[in-house]
Amino acid sequence: MQIDLLIEQVLNGVQFGVMLFLMAAGLTLIFGVMGLINLAHGSLYMVGAFACAAVAAATGSFWLGLVASLAAAAAAGAIVEVVVVRRLYKRDHLDQVLATFALILIFSEGTRWLFGSSPLYLNIPGALSGAVSLPGDLDYSLYRLFIIIVGMAVAAGLYFLIAHTRLGMRIRAGESDREMIAALGVDITTLYTLVFALGAALAGLAGAMVGALQSVQVGMGEPVLILAFVVVVIGGIGSIKGALIGAVLVGVIDTLGRFLLPAALHLFLPASQAASIGGSIASMLIYVFMALVLVVRPQGLFSANA
Amino acid sequence: MGASMPVSREAVVSLTLILALLAGALIAQASGETFYVTLATRIAILALAATGLNLALGLGGLVSFGHAAFFGIGGYACGILAIHAYNGEPMILGLPGTQTMPVIWLAALVASGLVAVAIGALSLRTSGVYFIMITLAFAQMIYYFAISWPAYGGEDGLSIFVRDNFPGVNTLKPLPFFLICFALLAAGLFFFGLVRDSRFGAALQAARQNPVRVAALGMAPFRIRLVAFVLSAMMTGVAGALYVDLNRFVSPSMLSWQMSGELIVLVVLGGTGRLAGPLAGAALYVLFEFLLGGMTERWQFFLGLILLLVVLFARGGVVGLLAGRARHG
Amino acid sequence: MRKILAAGVMALSIGMAGTAFADPIKIGMITTLSGGGAGLGVDVRDAFQLAMKKSGNKDIQVITEDDARKPELAVQIADKMMQSDHVDLMTGIIWSNLAMAVVPNVVAQDVIYLSPNAGPSALAGKNCNKNYFNVAYQNDNFHEAMGQYANKDYKKVFILAPNYPAGKDSLTGFKRYYKGEVAGEVYTKLGQTDYAAEIAQIRASGAEAVFFFLPGGMGIAFTKQYAQSGVGLPLLGPAFSFSQDVLGAIGDAALGVKNSASWSHDLDNEANKEFVEAFKAEYKRLPSVYAAQAWDTANLILSAAAKASVKDKDAFRAALKEADFKSVRGKFKFNTNNHPIQDIYVREVVKEDGVLTNKIVGTAFTDHGDAYAEQCKM
Repeated sequence: MQIDLLIEQVLNGVQFGVMLFLMAAGLTLIFGVMGLINLAHGSLYMVGAFACAAVAAATGSFWLGLVASLAAAAAAGAIVEVVVVRRLYKRDHLDQVLATFALILIFSEGTRWLFGSSPLYLNIPGALSGAVSLPGDLDYSLYRLFIIIVGMAVAAGLYFLIAHTRLGMRIRAGESDREMIAALGVDITTLYTLVFALGAALAGLAGAMVGALQSVQVGMGEPVLILAFVVVVIGGIGSIKGALIGAVLVGVIDTLGRFLLPAALHLFLPASQAASIGGSIASMLIYVFMALVLVVRPQGLFSANA
Repeated sequence: MGASMPVSREAVVSLTLILALLAGALIAQASGETFYVTLATRIAILALAATGLNLALGLGGLVSFGHAAFFGIGGYACGILAIHAYNGEPMILGLPGTQTMPVIWLAALVASGLVAVAIGALSLRTSGVYFIMITLAFAQMIYYFAISWPAYGGEDGLSIFVRDNFPGVNTLKPLPFFLICFALLAAGLFFFGLVRDSRFGAALQAARQNPVRVAALGMAPFRIRLVAFVLSAMMTGVAGALYVDLNRFVSPSMLSWQMSGELIVLVVLGGTGRLAGPLAGAALYVLFEFLLGGMTERWQFFLGLILLLVVLFARGGVVGLLAGRARHG
Repeated sequence: MRKILAAGVMALSIGMAGTAFADPIKIGMITTLSGGGAGLGVDVRDAFQLAMKKSGNKDIQVITEDDARKPELAVQIADKMMQSDHVDLMTGIIWSNLAMAVVPNVVAQDVIYLSPNAGPSALAGKNCNKNYFNVAYQNDNFHEAMGQYANKDYKKVFILAPNYPAGKDSLTGFKRYYKGEVAGEVYTKLGQTDYAAEIAQIRASGAEAVFFFLPGGMGIAFTKQYAQSGVGLPLLGPAFSFSQDVLGAIGDAALGVKNSASWSHDLDNEANKEFVEAFKAEYKRLPSVYAAQAWDTANLILSAAAKASVKDKDAFRAALKEADFKSVRGKFKFNTNNHPIQDIYVREVVKEDGVLTNKIVGTAFTDHGDAYAEQCKM
C-alpha cells in the first residue's frame, strides 16, 4: 500500500472530523450550559448551507455567502431560542427531544416551501479550488485544507473565549452551577440566547463549508446530527476538548475504516464480496467504537460535569 | 386495570378509548368501508409498539431514542420466517421458516429481547442525555447493517407476499386481522397495568424518581431498569411483527431514527406513563397523518407545528387533558 | 442478453381494438412530494397531469398522494386508494424500495400498476405479474448500457456504487456487458456525502475511466468533489445523477460527463418535441427523464382507454400491452415480462444557452430488453 494514499486518507479523516467538531461543539456547549438536548441542530446546519447558497447565487461571492450563513444560522438559532427553546430548559429531556424533533419537521418542510424541492448550487470559491503540494510529494485539495484550518481556528477561538473572556467565565459558571450564576446577577436569559446563537452559528458555518463540497438539500443535516451525537457521547458531554478529540477520532476511524477494511478483506475474499462486506462493517465501525468507549468510560473521554 | 382498585377517572378514559377503537373498526366493517378497518389495525399495532416504549419511558423514565431497533427486529423476525416458508427454503442450521403467527410472535419476542439485553446492558451504564444519544446510535448501527445486508433485500426491503396465518382465522380479511391485533393490544395494555401496579413497577418508578434511595433499600436500579428495558423492547418487537403482517412488507425504514422519534411522539402525545396514552397518541397521529396528508403535501410542516404546540402547552398529553393530572409521578 | 425479441409475443388477444369506451377511470398516484428526493416525484406528477390535461379526456380522474418516501406510508395510501377510493389503476412510485412494498400488494388485488420509474429485478423475473407494467426501465438497463459503451474506449474502469441492493444491481449490470478490466470496485455507505477517501483510491487505481451510480445528493457531492480533486479521468454513469433536476446543483463540474438513458430532451421525434415544448410552456423548466417516463405512462393509459373498458381487466391489460401510443422515446414496446424493450442512449452533459442539460452522443443498445424476462412465467 502506498504511504501517500494512507496520509491523504488520514488528512481526509481529520477534515471530516473537524467538520463534525463544528457541529458537536455547538451541541455540547448548549447541553453543557443549558442542559438542553437539541435535535434541531442539524436544521441549523441546513439553514447555514441554504443561506450561503442563496447569497452566493445572488451576489456571486462565496465569502459573502459564508458571512450570510453565520448570520442566518445565528439569527435562526436566536429566534428558535426565544420562541421555543427557552420554555424547555426546565422541562425533562423527553419534552426537549420531542419539541426539537417537531422543529426538524418544521424547518425541513419550511425550507422546502421557500426554496423548492431541488438541491441548490453552491461551489467552492475559485481562490480555494485546486490542490496544494504538501511535503512528501503529496497533492491535497486546498479547500479541504481550508476546512481543517478553519476548524482548528474555531477550536482555538472557542478555547480562548471560554478560558479568557467575561462571557466565557459566565459560560463556565453556568455549566457548573446554574442557580449560582443567576444569584450573581448575570443576565442569564441573554447569556442563554447568546450561547444558543453561537452554537447555531457554528452549525451554520459547517453547513455552508460542507455544502460547497457536497449538496445543499433538505434533510442534509440529520445524518450529520447523528454523527455529532456519537462524537459528543465519545468526547463527554459539555467538553469542547472532548468534542474536538472525539470528532477527529470519529472522522479518522470512519474514513480509514472505509478504506482499509475492504482492502484487508480482499486478502482472502474476491473483490466484490470484500467491497460489499467491508463496506457493511465500515459503516458500523464508529458505533462499535462508541460502545467500546462506553464500556471503559461511561461518561465519555472528557466529561465536563460527570 | 385490576378490579381491586377504585375506579379512577383515568381507568374510565382508558376503557372508553379501547372500546372506541373496537367500535370504530366494527362500524367501518358494517358500513363496508374496509379501509378504515385497516387504519384501525394500524392504530392498534402502533399503540402496542408505543405501549412497549411506555413501559421503559413512562414508568422507568428511560428515554430510549432507539426503540425502532426493536420494532424493526421484530419485523425482520417475521419477514425472514415468512419468506423462508413462502419459498420453502430452510434457514441457517436447517431450521424451517413458518407462516404461523404465534410462532412468529415468539421469535420476534426472543429476538428483540436478546438484542435489548445487549443494548440495555451497555446503554444503562449511562443516564440522561447519554442514554438518549446512545440508544439512538445503536439503532443507527442496526439500521446501517440492515441496509447493507444483502440476504434479505437490504434497503429495498422484503415483501412477504401473503399475510401469515393464525389457526382458525382468515387473516387475509381486514376485520379478523384487526381483531388479532386488537387482542394483542389489549393483552399488552393489561400487562402494562400489571407491571405498573406490581412491586417491580413500584421499584421501577421509585428508581426513576430517586435512584439513591432505591439503592439504599438494597435494590439494584441497574437490574430493575434492564428488566424493564428488555420487557419494553419485547413488546415493541411483537408489534413490529404485526406491522409487517399488516403491510406484508419489511424494510430498514422500520429501523430508522425517524421511527424511533415517532414512537416517542405517540407516547408523549397520548400521555407519558398513562395506560391508554400510547393508544390515544397512535390514534391521533395516524388520523393526523391521514387527514393532513390528504389535504396538503406540506403536511409534515403542520404536523411539526401541532407537535410543538402539544409539547409546549398541552402537557400530560391527550389522556392528561381528559383524565386530569396523573396520580403518580 | 436478448436484444431482439420476436414482435409476435406482443400481439396478444387483440379482440376489442378500435372501439372507444367512455367508462370513467380512476387512477391512484402515490409519489414522493415531500422530504428528500421530492423533486423527482414533483416531475412525475406534473408531467402526468399535463399529459392528462392535454388529452382533454374528462373521464379520467387522478388522485395524487404524497408518500414522503416512506414505504409503510405508501402501503397505507395504496390500501386506502384500493379499498376506499376503488381506483382502477395505480402509478407514481419513484423508489425501488417503495415499489417493492406496494406493487406486490396492489397486483395481488387485481389492480393494474404502471411504473413511471423504478424497476427492481425482483419484480421483473420470477415474481413478474400480468397486472404490473413497467413503463420506465428495468433497474439494470442504464448500467448495462454504460458497460457496453465503456467497451469502446476504456480498458480499465473503476466502479463505484452505494452499498444497497440497487447499488449492487448497478455494478452487476455494468459488469454484465463490460469486457475490460475492473480497476477497483467500491461500495460506499448509503447517504454518504464525502467521497475524499474513494477519490483518493480512484487516483491510485490506474483506471482509465470511472463508472459510478450515486443517486440524489450523493451524486451531486461526488461529482463536485471529483471535479475539485483534479483526477480528471472521464466519468460515466446512469442518467439518475445527471437528470435535469440535479444538474443545476452540480454546476459546471458535470460538463462532459457521459450518462445513459432511454430519453433525452433533444431526441428527434414528434411526440418528444411536443412534450418538451408543452412541459416548458407549462412549468417554465426543462423536463427530466422522470417527467418523460410519466408522460409516456399517461399516454399509454390513454391509448388503452381508447381501446378497452377498464372494467374488463383482460381486455384492458391486452390494450396496455400493445403499447399503441406515441412514446417520447421514439420506439417502445413491452417484453414478455411487461418491461420495456427500448433503445438506450448515451448522453453528454453540455451547456445550452447558459443552462446545463444533456445531449445525445451515441446509442448503446437498440431494442434492449432485460436479463430477467426469461425467468418470468406469465
